[in-house]
Amino acid sequence: MLALGPDEIAKYPFLADAGQYLKDKGFTLEQFGTDPDLKSLIDKAFDRIEVAADGKVYKSDLIADQVSKEAALPREVFSFLLAIVLLKLSGMHTLIKRFALAEARRAEKYLERDLANISDESKKQLAIRVIDDLFSVQVKKQDDYFVIPVSDYLKHSINFHEREWKLINRHVENGHVFLTPHETVRLIRKELGTYINSKIVNAKTPQMISGFEEPVSKLVSLSKKFATSVVTTGEYPPCIKHAIDVLEKGENLPHSGRFMLATFLLSKGQTVEQIAPLFKNAPDYNERVTLYQLNHLAGTSGSGTQYSCPSCEKLKTQSLCFAIPECDNITNPLQFGKKRVQ
Amino acid sequence: MNENDIKFLEDSFKKYYFDHFDQIRVPDRTSEREFGFQKFNYGMTRHISLKDDKELHLLLMKNIPSDVYCSNACYSFPNLPMNEKDWKEADLIFDIDAKDLNLDCRINHTVSVCTECNTTSTAQKQCPKCNSTKLEKKSLPCTNCIDHSKMEVKKLVEILVDDFAIDKNNIHIYFSGNEGFHIYVYDSQFQDLGSRERSELADYILFKGVIPETFGMKKFKPNRSSFPDFAEKGWRGRFSQEVYGSKSKRSKIISELITDGYSSFQSTLEGLTERIGVKIDPNVTMDIHRIFRLPGSLNSKSGLTKTLCKDVSKFNPYIEASFLDDKIVEIMADCPVEFKLKNKKFGPYKAEKITIPTYAAVYMICKKLATIT
Repeated sequence: MLALGPDEIAKYPFLADAGQYLKDKGFTLEQFGTDPDLKSLIDKAFDRIEVAADGKVYKSDLIADQVSKEAALPREVFSFLLAIVLLKLSGMHTLIKRFALAEARRAEKYLERDLANISDESKKQLAIRVIDDLFSVQVKKQDDYFVIPVSDYLKHSINFHEREWKLINRHVENGHVFLTPHETVRLIRKELGTYINSKIVNAKTPQMISGFEEPVSKLVSLSKKFATSVVTTGEYPPCIKHAIDVLEKGENLPHSGRFMLATFLLSKGQTVEQIAPLFKNAPDYNERVTLYQLNHLAGTSGSGTQYSCPSCEKLKTQSLCFAIPECDNITNPLQFGKKRVQ
Repeated sequence: MNENDIKFLEDSFKKYYFDHFDQIRVPDRTSEREFGFQKFNYGMTRHISLKDDKELHLLLMKNIPSDVYCSNACYSFPNLPMNEKDWKEADLIFDIDAKDLNLDCRINHTVSVCTECNTTSTAQKQCPKCNSTKLEKKSLPCTNCIDHSKMEVKKLVEILVDDFAIDKNNIHIYFSGNEGFHIYVYDSQFQDLGSRERSELADYILFKGVIPETFGMKKFKPNRSSFPDFAEKGWRGRFSQEVYGSKSKRSKIISELITDGYSSFQSTLEGLTERIGVKIDPNVTMDIHRIFRLPGSLNSKSGLTKTLCKDVSKFNPYIEASFLDDKIVEIMADCPVEFKLKNKKFGPYKAEKITIPTYAAVYMICKKLATIT
């Protein structure tokens, strides 16, 4: 674990050992519920969650990564730790997710600032070490850029769907990708969120503490706001329509296209017998082989693995994607036409 | 394929395997690889693990396979079913095939075999005899195809070395045994990458998914200074060479690009994908569980050997990858186009009985353009 100074713990509170921190400072959780001087910290923790639930980043008392006054610093850490306690007591996973994401965005800002810090080399080194220790990305400084190995870049960038993150749209040289401080930190946003999320999920849930009941019940009602349901239009996405078209015309659909079509329809609940006739017009149609392959994909023969429909990204590479505006940034054809309603 | 043909091919393949054991070696980390093979007219047998060359040779002699494969991946348990193998890592592999290059010459040396009535013709869409559209296409060698494939190999190696810092000694190029090349990259930083990451690498090499902003073009108020320069590395440098042509034209062409606007720039990029992207088969590169043709083994599409190319620019597959013997055999050949093997011209043959060296007979039988009499 990294050795952190008080500044760093305030910026990256998720790196601290929560129990140890409280002990070091000489507090118990119960005190926060009963001591009128400490109670305001619970309100602060509640605010921190509420802001996150709204999709915003909590504004801290740290100004330009300097603590405004000495006392603000532990308050920053306490409000984070107490927020986790409240979340655990409420047991609301949607809120935990939103909180982790917002906290990741907040930490991202500090990481970026530390990376770009020209005057204080130690701050930069700490940011580089946080990134290396937590996410195994080796960042090196080269001129005005940060460079990371192509393989490390790919392991993280594949989580992004925006085209600018594709390797082809990056400056690649000598086995490395060149990034600005902003991009370097952006690259690990999701993992940072996942890291914070897992820290919260894995934290022990304490017994209800006197004085915590009210904010916890407020969190439960807050989380109801985010309940969603999904409606489907039932229309096929353009890639699937295209594949069916090609087959209907008796033209050759490549293996990858047949794989996509079959796995898509199987996922939509069609049976092997319903799907097989689609391939009748294929130039190399053989009923026995088609049924064998469909059963294999459905998992009813062979290893029993049921194959899933390939992602939009994969289909793009295979030239099977014919995206239209209605695709609306979905990541798998199966999501086409699904709309969330609140 | 009829029994006589299969017997003839198996005899020829067996003789090759017996005479050329020295050429067929198991790869490094043998016991961590998965092997597989096919026999003529049979499906695939895979999930086999082998210890050494000796076990491989035994497998070849016992089964006389039509094709032999070996995984690019290493596993803890290569002989178990796929989800129990415990995947460790995989060599990076590329397939460049002449059929994917959209070459004009293809039409001149592609033969169609009707799957309904077995008629052989040069027709592209319909069988001239029974009008069926179910045609199996067979392509015969052509130096133009091989030359263009070599150019793609050269482009690929340049990117691997310059952009990805791969040591040239770790890049091995093989003639596939039919119409293309297989390229292996060993010991790179990419060994442990999964399929999605490899698909990104493939897109990079294909020059696919590129956006105008990468080359300095913006929707609003594009800035001249953000356009690529000749001295730049990677795709921006290659873009400069292809689009500007020479340093003196750079300024003028940037002005034109800006005047033509964003969407025109987008189409320019799409055109570039065809011209400067390397035409690899992305499905091969992103497959981390593939069993790939074993170097030194025969390709049943041709009877030629998957051969290591020490100097790819000088490599002539139709001489250097043809190892079957010259013994004369009699066949019934129906091959409407001419081809060349071991510096000798053959064909065209119009459903006629001919006597011909074994290597050429195997070649045509593999392509279903002849049968043994």
